[in-house]
Amino acid sequence: MKVQRKTLSLAEKLYLPAIFKGLKITLRHMFKKKATMQYPEEHWVVPEGYRGAPYLVRDQHGRTKCVSCQLCEFVCPPKAIKITPPGPQVNPNVGNVEKEPKEFEIDMLRCIFCGYCQEVCPEEAIFLMQDYSLTGESRKEMVYDKEKLLALGGVHNDPIEKWKRKEMEAREQGVG
Amino acid sequence: MDLVSTMVKISGVVGVLLLVVAYMVLAERRISAWAQDRMGPNRVGPWGLIQPIADGLKFLLKEDFTPNYVKQPFFWIAPAITIVPALMVFAVLPFGSFLGSQKMVIADLNIGVLYTFGIVSLGVYGIVLAGYAANSKYPFLGGIRSSAQIISYEIAMGMSVVPIFMLIGEPGLLKSLGGEGGAWAKFLAGTEGLNFSRVVAYQAESLFNWLIFKQPLAFLIFLVAAFAETNRLPFDLPEAETELVAGYHTEYSSMKFALFFLAEYANMIAASGLLVTLFLGGWSLPFLGLDDPATSVLGGVLHILIFMAKVFAVMFLFIWVRWTLPRFRYDQLMQLGWKRFVPLALANIVITAFVLWTVAGGQA
Repeated sequence: MKVQRKTLSLAEKLYLPAIFKGLKITLRHMFKKKATMQYPEEHWVVPEGYRGAPYLVRDQHGRTKCVSCQLCEFVCPPKAIKITPPGPQVNPNVGNVEKEPKEFEIDMLRCIFCGYCQEVCPEEAIFLMQDYSLTGESRKEMVYDKEKLLALGGVHNDPIEKWKRKEMEAREQGVG
Repeated sequence: MDLVSTMVKISGVVGVLLLVVAYMVLAERRISAWAQDRMGPNRVGPWGLIQPIADGLKFLLKEDFTPNYVKQPFFWIAPAITIVPALMVFAVLPFGSFLGSQKMVIADLNIGVLYTFGIVSLGVYGIVLAGYAANSKYPFLGGIRSSAQIISYEIAMGMSVVPIFMLIGEPGLLKSLGGEGGAWAKFLAGTEGLNFSRVVAYQAESLFNWLIFKQPLAFLIFLVAAFAETNRLPFDLPEAETELVAGYHTEYSSMKFALFFLAEYANMIAASGLLVTLFLGGWSLPFLGLDDPATSVLGGVLHILIFMAKVFAVMFLFIWVRWTLPRFRYDQLMQLGWKRFVPLALANIVITAFVLWTVAGGQA
């Protein structure tokens, strides 16, 4: 096949106008606003709905919302979550109405930030938040325990407060 | 006394040169970043100004690795052979007028241009030797390309400056500059045809006398040839990353690599210095009384600063072009050199000769 080539005009053959055009473009870019972000000082503002690190939350009364149902542990594709349920003994503060986990660990090195845990949680106790750069000096440090997850997660306002009602009902019936 | 002043000048020039080379690397990185909407290195010191020191330290502390299949003596001597000519070009460039009673040029050679071209050609030996000594295919190809490229463009480069010296060689240059006894007479004392001081003297009179305006074609050829001689993009075929890894210095590491790296930038500064001296009026500015050799220390310092400012401007052009143009194909490079620039330079010589002859009244 014969390739059709456009015959070049004199200006195009000289190549110089093209060079000047190119130089103009690079010069313009030199004075443009830079795309770089000065990372450790400046941080990226994550968009809403961003899936960052999963943390546990408390409700407005300071109660841990997780009830160790272990659904998130079950659904977690990379098996990053490990929950130790409290067992049969009863928490004297809240009675038998809930089962706050004894230990809740997320291995942030395994986590793939898929959000299944948040999706599956019946108690709205775990959320993928906005943190995207997790650092640690050892693998052990990257396994976040319950205290750390709760501290990082903060408070999530619960409009329903179903466990408060359950607690009241339990008190009325004299259980716990 | 003469020896002492020369030594002082040499150490001053080499010191400034190496400092500028180091900061050229930083400038290159910053400007390339800006051209690509990035920031460039700005962490080491304010605006990244300590970066060259960090780079230098890194080069010094890296392992100086010698592959066991290289030709040792040549492998060791090649970096030195590359950098020495790059620094030696500055010996004949007048980088200022007078500082006190000293003329600001290290060696006031009357064969200035010939010396420069001779020295510049020597630079290719280092590269060829490096390519040969490395005993491996990429450096070998890089070395061969480099020698072909430099030899080809040297011809165009050399011929492009011939018209300049045809203009400079006009009799009565000194008369138009104030005659005997003036500052110019002192500056040009003992100089002849090919001396760079005379080129500056010729251009100092007015802006129109700058040879970039009198010989635009020569300027263009010289500029492009300078890009080719210094192995800069768009003619950086000897080290074309995409095809030759790093070209002739592929097998080098640590300070030996750094020498090649510095030589490239020193060559660039030398080429800029030549361009400024030959086409952009050297240390002179055609206004504010800066067009005559300085009589005071302040004037002398100003002239040196003007020279440096002009050199920096040309080097900015070098960097700017590098980050604008893509690399030429090898055959395009050769075609441009042999089929376009050599005939053009020849034609330029003939035309200039004809014009000079006509102006002189058509006498032989």
